[in-house]
Amino acid sequence: MFAYILRRTLYAIPILIGVNLITFVLFFVVNTPDDMARMHLGMKRVTPEAITQWKVEHGYDKPLLINDAATGLDKLTDTVFFEKSVRLFVFDFGSSDDGRSIGEDIRQRMWPSLAIALPVFLVGLLVTITVALMIVFLHATYIDLLAVVTLVVLMSISGLFYIIGGQFLFGKVLHLVPVSGYDGGFNAIKFVILPVLIGVVSGIGSGGRWYRTIFLEEMGKDYVRTARAKGIGERIVLFRHVLKNAMIPILTGVVVVIPTLFMGSLIMESFFAVPGLGSYTIDAIHAQDFAVVRAMVFLGSMLYVLGLLLTDLSYTFVDPRVRLS
Amino acid sequence: MSDSLLSVEHLSTCFDGPRGRAMAVDGISFDIRKGETFALLGESGCGKSVTSLSLMRLVPEPAGRILSGRVLLGGQDLMLLPERAMRKIRGRRIAMIFQEPMTSLNPVLTIGDQIAEGVRIHLDLRGAAARRKVLELLDAVGIPDPEQRIDEYPHQLSGGMKQRVMIAIALSGEPELLIADEPTTALDVTIQAQVLALLRDLQARTGMAILLITHDLGVVAEMADRVGVMYAGQLVEIADREPFFAQPAHPYSRKLFESLPNIEKRDTALATIPGSVPSLTKAFSGCRFADRCAFAWTHCREVVPDWTDVGDGQRARCHLLELRFAARERAEPILPAGTHQSAALHRGRLLEVNDLKVHFPIQRGLFQRTVGHVYAVDGVDLKLDRGRTLALVGESGCGKTTIGKAILQLIRPTAGEVLFEGDDLTRLHGETLRRRRDAFQIIFQDPFSSMNPRMRVHEIIEEGMVALNIERDVQRRLERVRQLLSQVGLPEDAGDRYPHEFSGGQRQRICIARALAVSPRLLVCDEPTSALDISVQAQILNLLKDLQGDMGLSYLFITHNLSVVAYLADEVAVMYLGRIVERGTTREVLHEARHPYTRALLSAIPEIDGAGEEARAVIRLQGDLPSPSAPPVGCHFHTRCPEAMPRCKEAYPGVSRFSVSHEARCFLYEQGRDDDNEG
Amino acid sequence: MMLPVILWTDQLVFVLVAIVTLLAFYARNRPHLRAPWRAVLERPMGAVTLLVLGVYVAIALLDSLHFRLPVKPAPDAPNQETHYSVDVQSVLDLVLTPIRAHDEKTYSAPFATRLFVQESTVDADGNERRVYPRLQYGGAHLDDESARWSDIGRRTGEGMLYAGAIWVVAVLLLLLVLARRWARGPGEIFSDMSSGRLRHPWRSVLVTLFLLLAVIAMLAELAPYYHVFGTDKVGQDVLFQALKSIRTALLIGTLTTLIMLPFAILMGIMAGYLRGIVDDLIQYLYTTLNSIPGVLLIASAILLLQVYIDGHPEMFDTDAARADLRLLFLCMILGVTNWTGLCRLLRGETLKLSSLSYVEAAVAFGVRPARIMLRHLLPNVMHIVLISVVLDFSGLVLAEAVLSYVGVGVDPNMYSWGNMINSARLEMAREPMVWWSLAAAFVLMFALVLAANLFSDVVRDVFDPRRGKG
Repeated sequence: MFAYILRRTLYAIPILIGVNLITFVLFFVVNTPDDMARMHLGMKRVTPEAITQWKVEHGYDKPLLINDAATGLDKLTDTVFFEKSVRLFVFDFGSSDDGRSIGEDIRQRMWPSLAIALPVFLVGLLVTITVALMIVFLHATYIDLLAVVTLVVLMSISGLFYIIGGQFLFGKVLHLVPVSGYDGGFNAIKFVILPVLIGVVSGIGSGGRWYRTIFLEEMGKDYVRTARAKGIGERIVLFRHVLKNAMIPILTGVVVVIPTLFMGSLIMESFFAVPGLGSYTIDAIHAQDFAVVRAMVFLGSMLYVLGLLLTDLSYTFVDPRVRLS
Repeated sequence: MSDSLLSVEHLSTCFDGPRGRAMAVDGISFDIRKGETFALLGESGCGKSVTSLSLMRLVPEPAGRILSGRVLLGGQDLMLLPERAMRKIRGRRIAMIFQEPMTSLNPVLTIGDQIAEGVRIHLDLRGAAARRKVLELLDAVGIPDPEQRIDEYPHQLSGGMKQRVMIAIALSGEPELLIADEPTTALDVTIQAQVLALLRDLQARTGMAILLITHDLGVVAEMADRVGVMYAGQLVEIADREPFFAQPAHPYSRKLFESLPNIEKRDTALATIPGSVPSLTKAFSGCRFADRCAFAWTHCREVVPDWTDVGDGQRARCHLLELRFAARERAEPILPAGTHQSAALHRGRLLEVNDLKVHFPIQRGLFQRTVGHVYAVDGVDLKLDRGRTLALVGESGCGKTTIGKAILQLIRPTAGEVLFEGDDLTRLHGETLRRRRDAFQIIFQDPFSSMNPRMRVHEIIEEGMVALNIERDVQRRLERVRQLLSQVGLPEDAGDRYPHEFSGGQRQRICIARALAVSPRLLVCDEPTSALDISVQAQILNLLKDLQGDMGLSYLFITHNLSVVAYLADEVAVMYLGRIVERGTTREVLHEARHPYTRALLSAIPEIDGAGEEARAVIRLQGDLPSPSAPPVGCHFHTRCPEAMPRCKEAYPGVSRFSVSHEARCFLYEQGRDDDNEG
Repeated sequence: MMLPVILWTDQLVFVLVAIVTLLAFYARNRPHLRAPWRAVLERPMGAVTLLVLGVYVAIALLDSLHFRLPVKPAPDAPNQETHYSVDVQSVLDLVLTPIRAHDEKTYSAPFATRLFVQESTVDADGNERRVYPRLQYGGAHLDDESARWSDIGRRTGEGMLYAGAIWVVAVLLLLLVLARRWARGPGEIFSDMSSGRLRHPWRSVLVTLFLLLAVIAMLAELAPYYHVFGTDKVGQDVLFQALKSIRTALLIGTLTTLIMLPFAILMGIMAGYLRGIVDDLIQYLYTTLNSIPGVLLIASAILLLQVYIDGHPEMFDTDAARADLRLLFLCMILGVTNWTGLCRLLRGETLKLSSLSYVEAAVAFGVRPARIMLRHLLPNVMHIVLISVVLDFSGLVLAEAVLSYVGVGVDPNMYSWGNMINSARLEMAREPMVWWSLAAAFVLMFALVLAANLFSDVVRDVFDPRRGKG
């Protein structure tokens, strides 16, 4: 068991190195710091001096991989690669183009992100699984058919429309909640309700359908027949036997996203003007702030890898075949 | 009948599929008496399992539906009960066990929980009382160490143990009727003997009736009081065991007996039933067996036969019996039983395997270090002459399939040599090995997975010729395919069709044609008939025997079925945990078995003489096959051997010779000479 | 003469069409390939959704035939060399000319006859007044604006009438063709059709056909005279924009798959069959790529592409070419983020297949690994590929909208539903609200995605052997 976990943890290291290399190539090799400077300065005012100036200001003035000018270990460490990419491993994200500390920003902004993403995740999971269970319980009836069609309709609507529609209905017409914005402490609740509601509703379609498929697949297994032959009622078959087995495939898809909840939702946060990491990222994309984007890419990958690890761990909890081998 | 427990009247169940409605069960009626064992016998697809599910009202809806009929349990019609009341019947009055113990238990619940469920519902026991009852049940079904096992999960148990747990679940409601749907089909023969004995024992103790569903005449002979034979959704014969085994009435029943292989039929062709089971989606106008029956005449195709009583409580649905035809006399030679000459055309050693070892590493820990090995094959010697058949016999997991694949270099052996026509195949690699592959071929067990479903039959057969560059000319290649198809008894136009259009037996013929296409000298047959029905098995065995006579092929025949061995093999090698424990000619091994394992294996096979187990001295093996990753020290068999001695635990026995061909490795026969110490 | 223009994406569209046609011919003589498709068409849902998707595909194909019109040379031009307009048009533009050319000044509501915003005018008396001016095209043919609704009603009716007529002709033709092929009376076939006794769901198909014809005919009647979905900020007809967006959506949904498919298939099968180090490497590759948040990878890549495009303006002779490159690049990068899922599925399935005896039999015959992968493994995993392609399609169409909204989707000047929604976001904040851009994008997108989702359900049911029963 312990060796298994340790092995999975060690496996994360080459993945993060890979991510780091990919982002480095993407950000510094495909487009050189010169290109970046030129873009930021605007095409018209570009002079070689201005470019150099910009690079010095933002710390891109060193050689990319090997610094021939330096001596000893500095040959390798006094480079853009080391300064900008390797440092990410110790959570040193550097500073954004406007000079703010990215690490500080992330620490501040992840809470509003979580305030929305976590309830969406938990409530969403609960609601979709319940919906799916109810549909499966009514399998092979007209309600089942109707419910499946409804789910397909729900999942055919773009998330953007859920947000726009929700804002319009609850914010503009009914005036139940503010259309957008955010506040700290308990005041956050009134701002959070609508995004959470929308997040949950927009997930019902695809989630409900996926869980329904999983449940139905489990329902066809031999052990369900055994349970029925014991004289167990359909409800217990569903909740005790099927649900427990279905948790295995459900966990694969679900646990992996838990850590990435920290990243928030790009769309939701930008629509609702929530000062979380999602809107942070979008702002950075719009401002073409590569330092922030790079930091978020690395952070996202790290969280994803953590999610993979958690998935492996969660198996050991729900599946005795993994736990006991 | 006053002592009738369950009475089924005109039960019909259908399944709606893409090809229309299939009448899986079409108006069957029978009675089960209190405390008796009633066996439903039939080949795959005859509707016997659907019958059992219908009795429990567990037919998977909405595809399947019970159309009509009554099922009276103590006078109460189960078909009319509301679902809620039916649940009180399931598990409580009628319990059921299934064919696949591997998948029939819930993998994420402990076996104790799963048994306790039934105890809770039906006996209303909870907490410590329920646990006590579960332990009692585990003990009753012969699970050692119930205290410890109760908290284990199904994957920690062997197949035989799982089936015992299934039986414990079934017993938890103290049912009056136990439906056992092929309860031992997925198990090895020694384990089958244990489970059948357990069922008989439990029946004697509790007085429950058993509805036994099986395709195996031997199991019927061993277990049943009465027999019902099913064919294509209908019962065609019902009889008590003795008259049935003495004189089956229906031509189909008789054919089933005649197509069983055994040592007496060695020199003749087995009787076969031509064709295959008709599709149940079509409407029948006459007798359903008419198209395959050697006695059928026009009347049979036009009028559905009614039940005819032939005395002794034996009844059958056949026009022959109605006419009081001298059917039994006419039944004798059905097909021209062509005699086989054992082809000893060109003798000489074809294959010699010396000290073959195949070990699979087990990797564990942080860096996936190899911490041990599965000793799948552990030092095996084999010799096979041209034109001869060597049977490799053993239970599942003994390594017999691995040997077959290692000889063909489909799995590279860990050590040892495989001398084929003088060349050591283990030393050949890449292109040199590839070029030799025309000389040795293989036929697999499962005819459904052994052909690419996306290729036409002629493409499948041609593949080897193309890959090995045997016939470059397209026209001549196709000509050869046609010739091969007719050689294995398939129509010439079969080449343009796809595998799924053929039945299991026909597919196996195609596989044989595919192997023959490259003109091999050696054919490894890996359980080629174990997935087939008895009547189809006979066809394939006949074909293999014919081909050997015509072409002088050598067979390495891998099987667990000793009656097939008796019919087909010249020599037999018995395997246990990766090693050969006894070898000799077929007669020597089957009639003068020396090794205790061989004898146990032979005695565990249910016999169809109708006498039941009481008549034979059965050596019942305890426990399961040990894991090949940690074989017991000393003789591998000592953990289960009824005749184990202290020295068996210390060293692996050497070879004891009984004749030129007959040898075994057992201390019982060792006279202390040439002790080769290799335990 | 006009100058045909073949954009990058057009080439890929042609390749795609060629592949689909070839596959269709290949499947014609292979019953096991034909049978499932036939089963798809035998389901009402399958046939109907395919028909709807067909309309979308037809529009997208028309929109993929590009050309540049010659510019009329100035009469006093010295040489006769023709110059071509920098404006790349498509056949669809030609078809839609009556809508395309009807640009108003700014916003106008659906079926409006006047602008949505007031303008100052000086009336006859010289007084400055704020009025809603009449539209240049929308309802311009009306002398009396109060007759607008009756005019709309009349044109709708006419549209229905045309649709009915075309439908009747189509049904008659169909009956005649079928009657010849089946050697039966057309009347008999029609009664079988209408009572649903035939294998194919003709009734549903014909009803859907009529509905589609009715919509098209009504639009054809109304659109030249009114702005059915209003106009946008710069006065362009919103219906036109929404229709032009179809190509973008379909291209993203299909080209992404086309681009990533070879990699996913090759890598998936190789990893599953060859195992060992190859498997480790491929697994490492897709886990790594998968761990980068998709949106961010796309965002970075698109930002970097934009830097490149801005740095090399000389490479693109038209705006369309520039937008096209961005679209193609978007498809590629979406492919990079999307292939991992399919690759993992294929690896798993190949692992399972590799242990089947027909693969082992092929090894026993000395068939080479490459051939085993091509002949034995590839055809037997194709159903997974197909299911995932169809399933991915709607997801990609939805993703386009989100990405364009974030600003890392297609070129902001390109017609796309994402861009329409993006601009609609600001318009929603206006008082009174401008809702029609959003509505148009919603309706067309919803219809496409719903049809695709329902179709994929049918395809999955038919092709996935595990879902065959129950």
